[in-house]
Amino acid sequence: MTKSINITLNVWRQKSAEMKGGFETYHAANISTDMSFLEMIDVVNEQLTLDGKDPIAFDHDCREGICGMCGAVINGRAHGPEKGTTLCQLHMRHFSSGDTIVIEPWRARAFPIIKDLAVDRSAFDQIIIAGGYISVNTGGAPDANAIPISQEIAEKAMDAAACIGCGACVASCPNASAMLFTGAKISQFALLPQGRPEAAQRALAMVKKMDELCFGNCSNERECEAECPKEISISNIARMNREFYKAGIGSSVM
Amino acid sequence: MMLDAKIPSGPLSEKWDKHRFELKLVNPANKRKYNIIVVGTGLAGGSAAASLAELGYYVKNFCVQDSPRRAHSIAAQGGINAAKNYQNDGDSIWRLFYDTIKGGDFRAREGNVYRLAQVSNHIIDHCVAQGIPFAREYGGLLANRSFGGAQVSRTFYARGQTGQQLLLGAYSSLMRQVAAGQVTLFPRREMLDLVVINGQTRGIVVRNLVTGDIESHAADAVVMCTGGYANVFYLSTNAMASNVSATYRAYKKGAFFANPCYTQIHPTCIPVHGTYQSKLTLMSESLRNDGRVWVPKTPGDKRSPNQIPESERDYYLERKYPSFGNLVPRDVASRNAKAQCDMGKGVGETGFAVYLDFEDAIKRDGKDVISQKYGNLFQMYEKITASNPYEEPMMIYPASHYVMGGLWVDYNLMSTLPGLFVLGEANFSDHGANRLGASALMQGLADGYFVIPYTIGGYLVGMDHTEVTTDHPAFKEATHYVNARTGRLLSINGKRTVDDFHRELGHILWEYCGMSRNDDGLLKARKLIQALREEFWGNALVPGVSEDFNQSLERAGRVADFLEFAELLVMDAFERKESCGGHFNEAYQTEEHEAKRDDENFCHVAAWEYKGDDTDPERHKEPLVFENVELTQRSYK
Repeated sequence: MTKSINITLNVWRQKSAEMKGGFETYHAANISTDMSFLEMIDVVNEQLTLDGKDPIAFDHDCREGICGMCGAVINGRAHGPEKGTTLCQLHMRHFSSGDTIVIEPWRARAFPIIKDLAVDRSAFDQIIIAGGYISVNTGGAPDANAIPISQEIAEKAMDAAACIGCGACVASCPNASAMLFTGAKISQFALLPQGRPEAAQRALAMVKKMDELCFGNCSNERECEAECPKEISISNIARMNREFYKAGIGSSVM
Repeated sequence: MMLDAKIPSGPLSEKWDKHRFELKLVNPANKRKYNIIVVGTGLAGGSAAASLAELGYYVKNFCVQDSPRRAHSIAAQGGINAAKNYQNDGDSIWRLFYDTIKGGDFRAREGNVYRLAQVSNHIIDHCVAQGIPFAREYGGLLANRSFGGAQVSRTFYARGQTGQQLLLGAYSSLMRQVAAGQVTLFPRREMLDLVVINGQTRGIVVRNLVTGDIESHAADAVVMCTGGYANVFYLSTNAMASNVSATYRAYKKGAFFANPCYTQIHPTCIPVHGTYQSKLTLMSESLRNDGRVWVPKTPGDKRSPNQIPESERDYYLERKYPSFGNLVPRDVASRNAKAQCDMGKGVGETGFAVYLDFEDAIKRDGKDVISQKYGNLFQMYEKITASNPYEEPMMIYPASHYVMGGLWVDYNLMSTLPGLFVLGEANFSDHGANRLGASALMQGLADGYFVIPYTIGGYLVGMDHTEVTTDHPAFKEATHYVNARTGRLLSINGKRTVDDFHRELGHILWEYCGMSRNDDGLLKARKLIQALREEFWGNALVPGVSEDFNQSLERAGRVADFLEFAELLVMDAFERKESCGGHFNEAYQTEEHEAKRDDENFCHVAAWEYKGDDTDPERHKEPLVFENVELTQRSYK
């Protein structure tokens, strides 16, 4: 049933990467439990605007859990308390009247803050630029059914490809590791026959770039898998490691 | 002015081959001398930027999001059509062409649509080669499913995330070209003006959304792939940042805007539940295969659905359309839902919803079968509404989600401004007055991968190559205009938020220019929009400064453009004295209340030319010539 709740927000406010940030407290009254979390922030922002204050900056776009643009740490958890849910799909019915909710941006050295809750995730693009593709030019492809791919393999590749690149894995990892993100892309292509010719080079280049960008290492905390809104499995990290070692030992492209 | 679509002569099936041969080529060594700007990184923009770079052109690619991977193409669920005929069920390029022309209610060009069907097969080949994990059969070959408006199974899909996978495929090709140094990315940039010098499009002016800097970029041609304007309705299934600004600025610089009144309202979306709501979510229309649509017979019946006995329910689609029942096309289903709610029979807290009931299907097939077919959709519905569709009927209502109108382009996808090409949803070309499911992805990728790489060369070879830099007075002028407008927005200092204006604009359009339109309503809407626009410039409250990451300012600029564009949309609807596809004027309907075209007087594209802020735009016509198909009346009884 729809009802209204009153909540208190402790929101991280920071004017830019260079400026010092801090928490500000806001009271949000008469919040419908049917609202999404971002709609709740919209309401708070409307009031801040009318009060002549600077509204809270936050990234968002599709608001249906697929673009990967939104994300914040809610009470210590990336994208909030619901499993397999992006922040835009989290609804206020999971909170109670009187709750205090702490809202912070992704915190990682590789994701500098732009303003308030918005961070710069272009490091993810850099990892893809290093090798997250299959080198095929438009126009030269053989018939789509020329190479059969078992349904099981196609499904596994799709499981990995479901990553939305939101950065929750990095934000939830105590080492700020990007291995789930990178592992998912390496896995997708390593599983498919189309991706095999470049698999070794790809694994080496993407892992190297990941390290260069100051992402940490994996120490098997499994926080990334637990908080991933698309529930990407850490078996993709294991697959990435296998591809990386294989490439290092058996390949000429070191 | 006569609009020349430049459709090649000759038999339909040979037009594209003939044209590709006749288009002049740019020598491979000369391609690197050309700079091309691509605005947008969705299916059309991403694929165009990647393909042009592969050919050797130097590309600058812009997007409003933080990464090219987030363009709204990513949200497309269902699939992508192609005439592969892998199912041996009678599909062909001709059939895909015919279904698309008919689905568009005979308001698209034969030549363009036939080319679309021709290249559809190459798209699937290329996407598989890129490593897109399409659904497959046990034997390892690609799977297909059926979609609306077709009697063959031609839709390729990757679970319910086909748009995401195709977009990430284009994104990966794009990033490969970034690595190769052929593409420079400019994320978090919004195009705010187009620069035309000596009659040729030579650049754009953008705002850096992080720093607020106004930046100028010069090029030899501009390719705009900036999506559709469905957010003019405020609530739509589009992403929050989707807007009309880029295409509208191009219109004000001389590009004609075609058929703005062709908007598509999708019947099965999760209903509006409060004034705070920011967007609507689509539920796949496949649900209507098993769900039954109904409302209570008595207006104002507030009982819970399970307490309303069978005899007091009105399964209105089954009653009115016995042969198609719940599977009538999108426009018919949408208009009927609205009519029921307008009679006070709507359900839910707001009264703007109808039931989509699976009780009979679950009784007939069992919960397991229904769960296998629709499990992920039921889950998504429950996440948003906290209501379990296995236990009580879904509530649905139509929502704005796609636009067929857009900038006018010729067969080469070039607008009326030389050197300005428009691709994907941003152009008007292939869907006529109504788009079929799984055809948006096809068109975006066809334009980007397989049309623009050929047609842009033909333009570049013949253009005037005088070098242009951003020091040119035209860039200064555009920058001055952009700065002045930004300054004006920030200095209004009124009492009403920008979102509040946008919400009201959405209400006006939804009420008078939505699923059902009439002349009185359209005239009224135009006056209301004018008044709202005047109030906006006197009473909007835009906080902050321009030299900052100022999301309120971004929205203000977009809403200001929507407030102007909405009037064009309403005028176009008013002038089209017929009903066709997504445009339904109540005065033009068959006895069965279906859209009634007037082929004698309106078998043409309406293309609007901007004539200044204080003068009405001029409506030009491009006659549609049908040499290969016979125009018929659709019927779903």
